Amino acid sequence: MAEVTKETTKEKVKKVADPVASSIDTATQQMIARAQELGIDTVFDRAAAMKPCNIGTQGICCKNCSMGPCRLPLTKDVDPENDTRKGLCGATPNTIAARNFARMVAGGAAAHSDHGRCVAEVFMSVARKESHDYQIKDPLKLLAIAPHLGVETTVEENGEAKDRNLDEIALEVAEKALAEWGKPEGELLYLKRAPELLYEKWKKHGVLPRNIDREIVEIMHRTHMGVDQDYKNIVKQCTRAAIADGWGGSMLATDLQDVLFGTPYPLQSEANLGVLKADHVNVVIHGHEPVLSEMIVAAAQSQEMLDYAKSKGAKGIQLSGICCTANEILQRHGVPLCGTFLQQELAIITGAVDAMVVDIQCIFQNLANVAKCFHTKLITTHPIARMEQSNVTHIEFDEHHAMEDAKRIVKMAIDNFQNRGSEVMIPKQKAVQIAGFGVESIEYHLGGTFRGTFYTLNDNIINGRIRGVAGVVGCNNARTRHNEGHIAIVKELIKNDVIVLTTGCNGIACAMEGLLTPETAGVFCGPGLKEVCETVGIPPVLHLGSCVDNSRILLAATEVVKAGGPWKDISDLPVAGSAPEWMSEKAISIGHYFVSSGVYTVFGVTLPVSGAPIFQKYLFEELEKMYGGKWDLEADPIKHAQKMIAHIDAKRKALGIDKARERQLMDMADRMKLEATA
Amino acid sequence: MSRLVAFAAIQGGYNIVSKVEGKYKKALQTYDAATKVGFPNTAYYLPVIYSLLGIKVETLEDIKQPLDFARKLLPPHVKGQNHLPYLGPLLDAGMAALFAFEIEEALRYLEDPDFYLHSEEIDEEAGKIWLGAADDTVFRKRGVEFVDGSAPGFAAMVGAAPDPETAKMIVEEYQRRSLYIFCAANQNGTTIIEQLLEAGVQVGWNTRIVPFGPDISSAIFALGFANRAAMAFGGVQPGDYKRMLLYNKNRIFAFVNALGDVNAEWAAAAAGCVNWGFPTLADTDIPEILPTGICTYEHVVANVPHNEMVQRSVEVRGLKTTVSTIDIPCAFGPAYEGERVRGGDLYCQMGGGKTQATELVKMAEMKEIEDGKVNLVGKDLSEIKEGENLPLGIYVQIAGRKMQVDFEPILERQIHHLINYIQGVMHIGQRDIAWIRVSKAAVEKGFSLKHIGVVLHAKFHQDFGSILDKVEVTLYTDKKDVDALTKRARQEYKTRDERVENMTDEAVEIYYSCTLCQSFAPTHVCTVSPERTGLCGAYNWMDCKASYEINPTGPNQPIEKGECLDPVLGQWKGVNEFVKQASRGAISGYNFYSVVKEPMTTCGCCECIAALLPQCNGVMTVHRDYTGETPCGMKFTTLAGVMGGGQSSPGFVGHSKFNITQRKFIKGDGGLLRLVWMPKSLKEEIKERLIKRGEELGVPNLIDMIADETVGTTEEEILPFLQEKGHPALSMDPIISE
Repeated sequence: MAEVTKETTKEKVKKVADPVASSIDTATQQMIARAQELGIDTVFDRAAAMKPCNIGTQGICCKNCSMGPCRLPLTKDVDPENDTRKGLCGATPNTIAARNFARMVAGGAAAHSDHGRCVAEVFMSVARKESHDYQIKDPLKLLAIAPHLGVETTVEENGEAKDRNLDEIALEVAEKALAEWGKPEGELLYLKRAPELLYEKWKKHGVLPRNIDREIVEIMHRTHMGVDQDYKNIVKQCTRAAIADGWGGSMLATDLQDVLFGTPYPLQSEANLGVLKADHVNVVIHGHEPVLSEMIVAAAQSQEMLDYAKSKGAKGIQLSGICCTANEILQRHGVPLCGTFLQQELAIITGAVDAMVVDIQCIFQNLANVAKCFHTKLITTHPIARMEQSNVTHIEFDEHHAMEDAKRIVKMAIDNFQNRGSEVMIPKQKAVQIAGFGVESIEYHLGGTFRGTFYTLNDNIINGRIRGVAGVVGCNNARTRHNEGHIAIVKELIKNDVIVLTTGCNGIACAMEGLLTPETAGVFCGPGLKEVCETVGIPPVLHLGSCVDNSRILLAATEVVKAGGPWKDISDLPVAGSAPEWMSEKAISIGHYFVSSGVYTVFGVTLPVSGAPIFQKYLFEELEKMYGGKWDLEADPIKHAQKMIAHIDAKRKALGIDKARERQLMDMADRMKLEATA
Repeated sequence: MSRLVAFAAIQGGYNIVSKVEGKYKKALQTYDAATKVGFPNTAYYLPVIYSLLGIKVETLEDIKQPLDFARKLLPPHVKGQNHLPYLGPLLDAGMAALFAFEIEEALRYLEDPDFYLHSEEIDEEAGKIWLGAADDTVFRKRGVEFVDGSAPGFAAMVGAAPDPETAKMIVEEYQRRSLYIFCAANQNGTTIIEQLLEAGVQVGWNTRIVPFGPDISSAIFALGFANRAAMAFGGVQPGDYKRMLLYNKNRIFAFVNALGDVNAEWAAAAAGCVNWGFPTLADTDIPEILPTGICTYEHVVANVPHNEMVQRSVEVRGLKTTVSTIDIPCAFGPAYEGERVRGGDLYCQMGGGKTQATELVKMAEMKEIEDGKVNLVGKDLSEIKEGENLPLGIYVQIAGRKMQVDFEPILERQIHHLINYIQGVMHIGQRDIAWIRVSKAAVEKGFSLKHIGVVLHAKFHQDFGSILDKVEVTLYTDKKDVDALTKRARQEYKTRDERVENMTDEAVEIYYSCTLCQSFAPTHVCTVSPERTGLCGAYNWMDCKASYEINPTGPNQPIEKGECLDPVLGQWKGVNEFVKQASRGAISGYNFYSVVKEPMTTCGCCECIAALLPQCNGVMTVHRDYTGETPCGMKFTTLAGVMGGGQSSPGFVGHSKFNITQRKFIKGDGGLLRLVWMPKSLKEEIKERLIKRGEELGVPNLIDMIADETVGTTEEEILPFLQEKGHPALSMDPIISE
C-alpha cells in the first residue's frame, strides 16, 4: 500500500510534458507547447502526470470476479523455481496473465471484425441495391475474392462456361461473407488462402476458427472465473480468435472495402499537421471505418459544397485524416494525413479545424474537452461510439442515405468556418509521401501488366539485394517518445537492406518523416535495397494502409511463398514483424495472428506478460515449435531492429541464401530442368 | 538511374504508338477496311499480338483492337520528383511500343510488299538485303534448332558498330558460339548488316545472321519468331501471355545488343524485350538497371566494350555456350553449316560429278588402329592449283569396347554436318555422292584435307565418347585409291540397307522412346520402332539405340513393347504403360499404324502430317516445306497448330518422310494404298522408294495415281482424277468404320 500512497502524492504536483522529450516531430513539439501555453492538457501531459500501474504492466492483476482484484506482482522475493503466487481461487500468474492476454486478443479481434461486419453489411445493402450512394467500384477484385468464398464466377450454358452476372456474384459474396461471422458449422473460408503448410499446422493444432464471433465469445467464456485454467489451452483459443481476425474479419474488411471503394494504387499525398490550411474549411476525419468517410470525400469534392464553402469566405475544403480512417482515404483518394493517434488533440489545438468527424476506435474522449476550447465541431457518427460531453454532436450514419449524412456534416463544417477565433496556429511541417500500396499494386509494379509477379521481389531476396521483409505496424503510445521507436526501427531496417511494409500509425509516422518517398532510398537504404527501389521506383517503406489492412501483409507474405523460392511456408521466409509503439488491444490481436502465421514479432514499450515468466516463455519460445512464429519484446529501438535482422539472417542461413548467389550459366540440359513457365 | 530509362522509354512508347496510329489512319483512307494484312506464309497472324493478346489480325480493320490496347497500355509520364513507381509502367510502355511496331510492319507489308525479300537468303546484287518476317517454313526448320539446343539462343542486334571490322568481330564470335544473330535498326542510316556485307561476311538464315530490317520496328520479327516457338513447340496457348513470356525467359535464351546511341524508341523497344526476360547490353553510356527479377540477371548493362560484348552478353543472359576448340586454322561451329562456297570463292572441289568422293565409316579392332592418326594418301590442297579438282575418299576406322557394326551408318551420317561446320568449307550429299567445296579463304588460312580428319576425330570423341575409344581417319586423293574405296563402300551400303530394310517391328522386343522435345512440349513422347521412324525425321530406331548406348539416362529410353494388343493398328501394352507415365497421364496409349484411330501424338516437329480425306476414302500427307493449300482445307502450318503440342488427334498423324515408304505406314487404315494426295516436291523427293514400294504392293504405277497440287487442292478437285486413274483407295473398305 505504501507504493500506492507514494503515487498519489506525486500526482498532486501538476506535471506537464517536456515537448521535446515527448515527440521527435517538430510540429508535435510546437503544438504541445502551444497547448501548454493555452492551458489545455493533452495526452502528453497526462502521461507525465499519471504513472502506469506497475502490476497491470506485468499483466498479473485479475479482476474477473469480485473476490479480487487479485494482484500477484513478480517481485525479487519470488523464487522462480518455486513460484507459489496464486489468487483467491488459486489462479496462478500464468493463468491470470494468459486470461488478460486473451481478453486483449478478444478485444482487438472484436474491434477489427466488428468493423469488418459493418462493411459486410453495407456491402450486402449494395448487393441488394438498397443503397444508391455506394456501388461496386472494383468488379475485378470482386471476381478475385469470389472463388475464395466458394462463389462461382462462371455459369454453364449449353456445356460452355460463361461469365456469371455480376450482381448475382455480389449477392452471393455478401451472403457468404456475412455468414463468416456466425455460421453454425464448418471453418472460415479464407483459411485456405494461407500457404498449404500453414493451414495444415493450424489444423494439426486444432486452431482453425469456426466463425469469427464464436471465437471471441469463447475467449470471454474461457476467461470467466473458474473456466480455463491452463495457460496453454487459453493461448490455443487466443490463436484461434486471432486467426479469425487476421484471416477473417480484417481480411474481409479489407477485401470488401476494396470492392466497394476501389483497390488502392500508388498515389502522391502529404502528411502532418501542416496539411491543414488556414484559408480553407478544415474537416478532419478520425477513426477506423471508411464507410462514411468515403462519402465525405465525395461530398467535400462536390461542386455544390465547394461553392458553398466559397460563399462562406473559404478558399476551399481541406479534408485530412487521423489514424486509420485517414489511411483508408489516403490509400484510395490521396487525402492527406493530418497526424497520428497522439496528434488528435493537437489538430484541434491548431484552432483551424472546423469539424472533426470521428467513427470508431482510438478516439480520445478528451477530444471533446479540447474542442470546447475552440470553435471545432466534434461529430460522432457511429451508434456504438458516442461521448458523454454535451458539446459533441451526434449524426448517426446510415448507409441508406449516406450522401445526405455526409453533406450535412460537411455543411456543418463550412458553416462553422466563420466561427474560427484568432488563435489559429498551424505548424508548417508536412512531408510528401507516396502511398497506396497493396498486394495487387505491388504485384503490378514488380513487372507490369504482363509480367507482374512477386517473384521479382523473391529473386532480389534470394540474391541478397533485399535482406528481408519487415512488417512494421501499430499505434503510438504516450509512454514512449512519440514516433521515436517507429522511425529509429524503420531506419535501422532499411539501412540494413530490409524492405518495410507499414500500416496504421507507423505508416503515418513514416510519412511525416518523409520515409515514404522514392528519394529516401538513396539517403537511408543499404546499397542493395537502394538499387531495387531505384529499379522499381518505390520508396523503401511501402504504406499498405490501415490496421485491418495488416491482412494485406499476410497475403503479400503468402504471395511471396507462392511465387516460388527455396521456401514453403511463411515461417521459412526471412521476414519479421514489429509494433514499436503499440498501445491497443488490436495490436495484441494483430501480433498474435502474425505469430500464429509464422512470423517472428517484436513489440516495443512493454508487454503485459512479464509478471508470469512461464507464460511469457511459452509465447516467446514455445509457440515457434507449433507455428514457426514467436513473440518478443524489446524497448530499445536499435536492439529491437537488430533482433529482427538477426532473425532474418537466421532464416536466410536456413534457406541457404546467406551467401552471395553465383551466376549460373545454363546449357540446354540445365534449361530442361527448369520448369518452362515457372 | 532507372528513372531516366523509364522516362525515356515511356516517352518512346508514346511516340511510337502515336506514329503508328497516324500510319493506320492513313492506311484506312487508302485501303478498304476489309483489306487483308499480315506477314507472309504464317498461321500465327501478327505473332506477337496473337500470342500475347489472343487477337487474330487478318484485315486492316482488325488492327484497331490491338492498337487501341497499346494506347491504353501507355502509362502516365514519370515525374521528376516524388514520382510513382515506374517499373511496371516502363514494361507496359515497352509492350505498347512492340505491339505498335508489329502493326507498323504489317502496314509496311501492305503498302510496300516488295520492301522485304521473302527468302532465306539475300539478293545482294539486286539490293534486296532485308528479309523481314520469318515465314512458318523457316521458323519451323530453325525453331527445331532452338528446341534441341543446337542453337543455344539469339542475339538481337540493333544499330551499327563503329566500323565494319568491329561488326564482323562481334558477329563472328556469336557464330562461333552457335547463336543466331537477328539484326534490325540503323544508327544514323548505317546498319550492321551493311557493315557485315562490306566486311565480306555471308548474311542470311543459312549463316545464322538474319537481316530482318533497317528500322527498329523490324526488331519485332525476332520476338515473333520466339513467340511462335513457344506456341508451336511449347504448347503455349495464344493469349496466355504470362506463360508465353515465362517460357521465353526460361527456354529462349535471347538478349539485345544496342550498338550506338540509344534514343527513346530504342529504349521503349528494350523495355518491351525485358518482358520476355531478354536483357539489353549497350556500347554507350546509358543508365543501367542491374537488379534481377524480370530477367534472370541484369536488365540493362551499359558501356560494354566491343571486345567484351559477346562474353558479357551471354553472362548477363545466364547462357552457357561452347566453342569447339578444334585445332584447325578455320573457325568451326554449327553457324557455318549453311554457309555457301560460291563459284568466285572456290579453290577446289571434290565430288559433285566432277570427280568421285566417297565416305565410309567402319568398325575396327582396338589394336588395329591408332587413335588420332590422320593419314593423307595422295595430294593435299597445297599441292594443287586453284580451280583444280581432286577425287576424295574419307575412310574412318572406329574402335571401342561398346562399338557395334550398327553404329557405323550413324557415325558416317555425321560427316556431312561436321565438315560443313568448318568455316569456308561446304559439304553436300553423303556416301558415294559426297561433294566438298573448299574456299580460297580457307586455303589462305592454311586449311589442309588432313583437317577433315582432325575434325572427325575430335567431334566423334566429343559426341560419341561413350561408345568409341579410337578413331583413325584416312583420306585418299589418288583416283585408284578412291575407286577402290568406293567399290568396297558400295558393297557395305548394300549390306547395311538390306539389314535396315528387313528389320521389322515384330522382330524386336525393344522400342525406344524419344523425349528430346519434352523441353518444349512437356507431355509429348515419341515412340520409335524399326518401322515407325521418329516423326521429326532425325531419329530412326537404330539412332535411338545408339543414343541410349551413348547416354543411358538421356532422352531415348528402351521400352519393352510387351503384349501386342492390336497387330493391325499397332498397339502394345508395354508402350501404352510407358506413354501414360511419360505423358503424366495425359495420353493413355496410341496406335503406331493408324491415322484414324488413336493416332500417335506429335510435338509439332514432325516432317509431314497425314490427314484423313473422307470423300476420297483415303489419306493425304503434306511436308513442312510445302506452303500451299491442301485438300484437307489446311496448310501444313495450320495443321501443325491444330494437332501439335502432344495431343492425340484422330484423323491426323505426324510422321517422317521416310516413314511413308516403310511397310507399316498407316497399315491399320489400309497402308500406303490409302495415300491419295501429296505435294509434288515430296513425291519427287521420295520418288525412287515410292515406286519400289508401289511395286511391292502390286500397284507399280501408284506414284502416278497419287494426286498433287497440280491436280487440285480440294477433295472435289482431286476426286475425279483418282477415279480416272482408278486409285486403289476408292475401292477399299470405308476408311471410317463404326
